[in-house]
Amino acid sequence: MSARTISAPVYRRLIVAGRVGLAALGGYAVAALASGVLALILPGPRAEAVSTAMLASFAIMATAVIWVFAARTLRRAALILGVAACALTAALWLAGAFRAGGAA
Amino acid sequence: MAWLHTWSGLVVGWVLFAIFVTGTASYYRGEISRWMRPELSETATDAALAASRAGAFLQRTMPDAAGWSVKLPDAENPAVEVYWWRDLSGPFHHALLDPATGERSKIRETRGGDFLYRFHFELNLPPIWGRWIVSACAMVLLIALISGIVTHRRIFADFFTFRRDRSAQRGWLDAHNVAGVLALPFHLMIVYTGLVTLAPMLMPWAVLTAYRGDGQRYYAEAGIMLAGRPPADRPGVVLPLGEIVSRARASAGEWPELVVVHKPGDAAATATAYFTEPPGLAHIHPQIAYDAVTGAEIGRLGEAGAATQTGAAMVGIHEAHFAAAPLRLVFFLCGLMGAATVATGLVLWTVARAPKGADPEGFGLRLVRILNLGTIAGLPVGLAAYFLANRLLPPDLAARADWEVRGFFAAWILAALASALYRRAWAWPLALAVPATAFLSIPVVDLLTVAEGRFLGFDAAMALLGLLFLAAARLTARSLQGRTRPGAALHRPAEA
Repeated sequence: MSARTISAPVYRRLIVAGRVGLAALGGYAVAALASGVLALILPGPRAEAVSTAMLASFAIMATAVIWVFAARTLRRAALILGVAACALTAALWLAGAFRAGGAA
Repeated sequence: MAWLHTWSGLVVGWVLFAIFVTGTASYYRGEISRWMRPELSETATDAALAASRAGAFLQRTMPDAAGWSVKLPDAENPAVEVYWWRDLSGPFHHALLDPATGERSKIRETRGGDFLYRFHFELNLPPIWGRWIVSACAMVLLIALISGIVTHRRIFADFFTFRRDRSAQRGWLDAHNVAGVLALPFHLMIVYTGLVTLAPMLMPWAVLTAYRGDGQRYYAEAGIMLAGRPPADRPGVVLPLGEIVSRARASAGEWPELVVVHKPGDAAATATAYFTEPPGLAHIHPQIAYDAVTGAEIGRLGEAGAATQTGAAMVGIHEAHFAAAPLRLVFFLCGLMGAATVATGLVLWTVARAPKGADPEGFGLRLVRILNLGTIAGLPVGLAAYFLANRLLPPDLAARADWEVRGFFAAWILAALASALYRRAWAWPLALAVPATAFLSIPVVDLLTVAEGRFLGFDAAMALLGLLFLAAARLTARSLQGRTRPGAALHRPAEA
């Protein structure tokens, strides 16, 4: 959808709504995936890795959200967040999270 | 990023204000509960005997429960508080027992400070809903704080700037900055640690990947909670709980504060004794588990690792369990400043958009202004009504505890509706005069109904709150006079 088919103020509002949605859902998704990965790859006892991952997850989400709002365009923010999510999912797969009875 | 700070703050501001106010009050949850149960006398009771009587009560009430919990009497809380449940997903039944008889206590029924404590993170909604809403608001606050810092390039210089007289907007902005920046470390700490307290619900993904979602195993390995035992599926008879409590006392050197029995009707029933947290920040209670049928020790909690300790310390700092009276007061004042930051921010939104002169107020502005009045001035009215209801409702009223809570909401709603009807110019002074009157009446009502010396501190605190609201009402009324009388600023003395 481009600015030509809808009026400029509506377009601006849609962009803002897009950022809010991306920040909330994308930010949470990245934080959730990152905490899942950290719990599997951090060295030391498993319980400690899980505790660290849970503590860090909120900082990761806050960083992602701030980044979505600071990015130059919505498209750029969505692209980078999508790449991060895909990389984290790949890391989860490599760490064996999707194998039956795998990592645990 | 100023718009992000402004709008994210506005959207969650009203809920955040309620979270800050009830959370701040929760620093004195114990004191509030004691004030609301004036019949409980602070007499020393034999903890072992009290535990046995509570166990007998639970045996009569629900012998085949999934669990019982017995909070033993101590110097701070002389009642025995018991919970029992058939299912971990609830409902959790609750009773206050008289330690001397082991029967249901005859004192007035109230939820005491626990209502405010739970409202702080559940908003009196179904727990799951309330917790997610509060957490979402907390995350937005974290973002608002960070973007507020980013917005604020001159944060240090502005910290020493308070231009109350320059213009209404300047004054509110500076008040917002002072309250926000002065306690900024507290605000950042309290919102992050608040999220951490709910982390297992909000971010279960680490447990899901590393433990395949087996939370009990994570808690056991991390050193947070002892692992449970599978039931034997044969009936068993648990020892008198006093026996367990005495053994715990003998091996740990202190009385436990809580005993939880799992599967009390089963041959593999387990009784876990929880002790007061040792001095320090971490919020992990030492625990010893006993076979509830034979009384043999099964295990005790090991030392938690560094990351788990860090998380537990975050919860400990959030709840300020470790803090002695002076530090607790500092936490309380910081919490009040958090509420003040939210309140001034909300008011600033309307002041910055106030119509010039006689222009009509738009719908959005009017809505925000009325919600501000109804929350900032209305919620305190509800709080005062909750305390007043505790003193004024008949002690033997059926479902009395529920009526106190209804009093809280009814007073809040009425105050909010009334403030929507005030004339715009006089709305703030009038709306703030209501909580002032309500809080000032609490010591009077307490003197007329209970009048005990040990409640002097609580009554004085209520009077002080009332005076603060009175001062706020006067302040808003004075700035109004300054605005309505042209030239008044010229005659304003230098102190203002």
